[in-house]
Amino acid sequence: MSTVNIKIDGKEFAVKEGEYILNAARANDVFIPAICYLTRCSPTLACRLCLVEADGKQVYACNAKVKEGMEITVDTPNILEERRAIMEVYDVNHPLQCGVCDKSGECELQNYTLELGVDSQSYMIPDTKRETKNWSSVLHYDAGLCIVCERCTTVCKDMIGDAAITTAKRGGEALDKGFKDTMPKDAYAMWNKLQKSIIAPSNGTEYTNCSDCGECTAVCPVGALVSRDFQYTSNAWDLKRTPATCAHCSSGCQIYYETKPASIEDRNEKIYRVTNEWNYVSLCGAGRFGYDFENRVDGKDEKAFAAAVEAFKKADSIRFNSVISNEEALMLQALKEKMGVKLVNPDARAFQKFLSAYSQASGQSLYSFDFKEVMATDFVMSVGAALRNDNPNARYAFNNVQKMNKGAGLYFHPVGDNLVPTFGKSVEVFTHKVGLEEAALYLILDLFADTGKLPADVKEYIASFKSETTKTIKEKVMKDVTETVVDEETGEEKEISKKVPEMVEKEITVEKNGLVELLGKESDAFMDAFEKMMKKKESFSLIVGEDLYFHEKAENIAKLVALIERTSTVKVAMIPPKTNSLGVALICDLDDEAAGYTIGYNENGDFKLSALGAGDLDMPAMNQQEGTLTNMHKRVIPTNAALEYRGYELNDIMKVLIDAPKETVDWTASLPVEKGFQAVEFDSLPNGYLNDGTENRGYQLAVTLSDTGDIDVSKIDESGILEGEIVYRCNPQRQFNDFSDKAHEIFEAFGLYASPARAEALGNKVEIDFGERNIIVDVIADERMEGDIVSLSDFKSAEDVYRLFDGSRYKTVTMRKV
Amino acid sequence: MGLEQFKNRNVGTQNYKMLDLGETPTSGMDKFKQVVQRTFKVELFIGLWVTLREMINALLRGQMHTVKYPFEKLPISPRYRAIHDMLRLLESGHYRCIGCGLCEKICISNCITMNTRYDENQRKEVSEYTINFGRCIFCGYCAEVCPELAIVHGPRYETASEQRASFSLFEDMLTPIDQLNLQKEYDGFGAVTPNADDNIKQTPLAY
Repeated sequence: MSTVNIKIDGKEFAVKEGEYILNAARANDVFIPAICYLTRCSPTLACRLCLVEADGKQVYACNAKVKEGMEITVDTPNILEERRAIMEVYDVNHPLQCGVCDKSGECELQNYTLELGVDSQSYMIPDTKRETKNWSSVLHYDAGLCIVCERCTTVCKDMIGDAAITTAKRGGEALDKGFKDTMPKDAYAMWNKLQKSIIAPSNGTEYTNCSDCGECTAVCPVGALVSRDFQYTSNAWDLKRTPATCAHCSSGCQIYYETKPASIEDRNEKIYRVTNEWNYVSLCGAGRFGYDFENRVDGKDEKAFAAAVEAFKKADSIRFNSVISNEEALMLQALKEKMGVKLVNPDARAFQKFLSAYSQASGQSLYSFDFKEVMATDFVMSVGAALRNDNPNARYAFNNVQKMNKGAGLYFHPVGDNLVPTFGKSVEVFTHKVGLEEAALYLILDLFADTGKLPADVKEYIASFKSETTKTIKEKVMKDVTETVVDEETGEEKEISKKVPEMVEKEITVEKNGLVELLGKESDAFMDAFEKMMKKKESFSLIVGEDLYFHEKAENIAKLVALIERTSTVKVAMIPPKTNSLGVALICDLDDEAAGYTIGYNENGDFKLSALGAGDLDMPAMNQQEGTLTNMHKRVIPTNAALEYRGYELNDIMKVLIDAPKETVDWTASLPVEKGFQAVEFDSLPNGYLNDGTENRGYQLAVTLSDTGDIDVSKIDESGILEGEIVYRCNPQRQFNDFSDKAHEIFEAFGLYASPARAEALGNKVEIDFGERNIIVDVIADERMEGDIVSLSDFKSAEDVYRLFDGSRYKTVTMRKV
Repeated sequence: MGLEQFKNRNVGTQNYKMLDLGETPTSGMDKFKQVVQRTFKVELFIGLWVTLREMINALLRGQMHTVKYPFEKLPISPRYRAIHDMLRLLESGHYRCIGCGLCEKICISNCITMNTRYDENQRKEVSEYTINFGRCIFCGYCAEVCPELAIVHGPRYETASEQRASFSLFEDMLTPIDQLNLQKEYDGFGAVTPNADDNIKQTPLAY
């Protein structure tokens, strides 16, 4: 990216072109005060503190872009006067309850009040009674403390996509007009707006209808928005921050676990909350509220350990899931190499197969884009991912592209969703039939591929879907009309020709795209919309999700994805199905089926190792162990232990069985280099962000390239289309695994999620007959779902939902009311 | 004042005032003389008279000065720092502590701990509060930092107990509600200065 040279307070900086002044300054450690601006979101201009002088003109640093040779002065006497007045206004009627406020000194209002030297107050207005409200099961809003900076509404709209909160009328008294003349201009304008507004749920009710991610509580500069569970339980300064990585989904977001002793009686450390670097990463509800899944044990259970060693000695297979660190995966792989056990992990296995088919076809060992790169594109597509449920960060990227890059999006998924269309005006949603994922990819090929690069048979096959039909349309035509006019003065008659618009019916031939029709949309309506969507678009990305890995034709789909990348400018990012599926897929040689005596690691088995506390030998949970994870951004990232663990860990068993190093993290340097890992010691891995937003966490996996021949893809297999009652294996939002389920602030239950209409038809409880097996579950209505397909959660390993679905994500079933 | 006199370090040349102490006897005879002189002057009886007078006053006139500790105790300075007291608001009787945690933070021997929670009245409630008196060094920082004058040092200086925990819970330190009328404002560390009112800058209020 090209850079421009600017001067801030006389110092020269080379900054990114097209960057806002504020971001450029922050990236270079220059301080410009600002409350309302969020990096990665649109400027709101609510606080007006970031006023600076650029080339002699006052501008707002958050929405003015840098120009070559720009000279910026951060403080001028006039600006300082404005800023001080703004802070004085913010302090008007702000309750003096700093002593009990949950911000406990981490308050931006407090900081800027001191920074700008506000030591007296010159403004006043009668206060308005503002009630505190509980917006949802996790959100608490104290309107009295709110300074209406709109960071919460901005992040909810621009990043999260729920747009669940908005500014509402406060009903406060009007400002005294006298202030207009006596106080600085910007301060008056800001006060005028502040006095009128307050934050409220955007659906007009008392409660937010959102995914309960809690990002609004993270960005709140004051103590107005806090988590209900955390409120008044601890001061920020008492909490010890442990930088870690969220272990719920494959996004692997950077988080801080904040711990202190549980109470006066119980001096064991407890996690009080999870915080994040909200300028650079946004968490979901599971990451923020699903933190207390630790496995507390009293000490080393030697008997159970001896039994575990025996069990490992006679084990034929090990069944595990992907909530596991790279080091543990490497231990299991070492065990396989030394002792010949089978390694079974259904989610990683499917992903592994898909990934290897993709690499064979494309010649790239990994997919091209990470999700940060997706976020920088202006046209994003998603195939085979339930975007709202599978991976929150993929959804945030999809939404952010619409909001920030004036982007467009295509969303292909069989399960109807009414949230995705609200992300932007240029989002087209295809609710296609189950089994038509190939058609979706062919459509993308048709829309984006350079026809010159396509193999002849593919070109021909795509052309076979095109047909020409005639259509009558009404068109405006300018018609010449001649009129005779008499000139009043001379009495002469004159002929004047005029153009008059007229609607004419006209028959035109239009190209009908059979692929669009096959996917359930009107061809010409879509093609018209698509033409608009493509305006001024430069970069394209495709998100590929779990449905495709578990598809019957997964291999062909992987090739199609590779073909899309080869023949077009579209770049692909994949969502690994579970937390560390990518790491497991790269590290372990997985087997399809377990056989004989099976050890289950957080899964069912003859001998159970469990970090959930329900097994034969206890294991540390992810918040109690250190290690690395491989996330969907193709990064190997470290996580640290927030809580103490007194029992045995997997490495202890390894030390008995095979030649293992002393600590689990001693394995980090031996992760397979040929798969893209680096031989780096755990302790040298960083875990943070730099001021300019650079992700300084762990290291990026190396992608190796190899030469490959032509990609040979097969046609759409329409025999795979499912009809009838279909169940989809999909978790509710905020639920990913047994660990998120264990957390006390995650309330989403295990069950069958259905659109409200479908849920009503199904009743309270149903028995789902999968043929060989069946399951009885509660039916839960999900307002965001549409259509007839229902979603069965898979986060409880005890229910063995993977086995019910038998290597697929969709099943035709029969359902009976119970 | 200049510093000249301090810079002159030649002992003996400074402006000292010498006392007239007479001659110190050196020979044996002189020493003997001094003893005899002192013995037969009635100085000794002057001293004895003071004792006798006090004895008479104490026994016959009821002017005994002995404090019968532990039955009697002398008043101590308001700045004395003994076992903490938790004060109540005089109007409502509610405890003053708001649970801000500053005393916990400032405590240099890390002996204060509190549990707080969100209560039914939407306020921060101190559900449990304890001071580990085995570690407390009675430095007074907690009382000084308290924004509500809630934690203060009381006059209870007898810190011997069968159990260290005997004083350490919130209720133990809190003014008993029936003795609220006896509660005294604390003048020691952290108390408002006598001229506090003069130092306040008024904020414009719209009501």
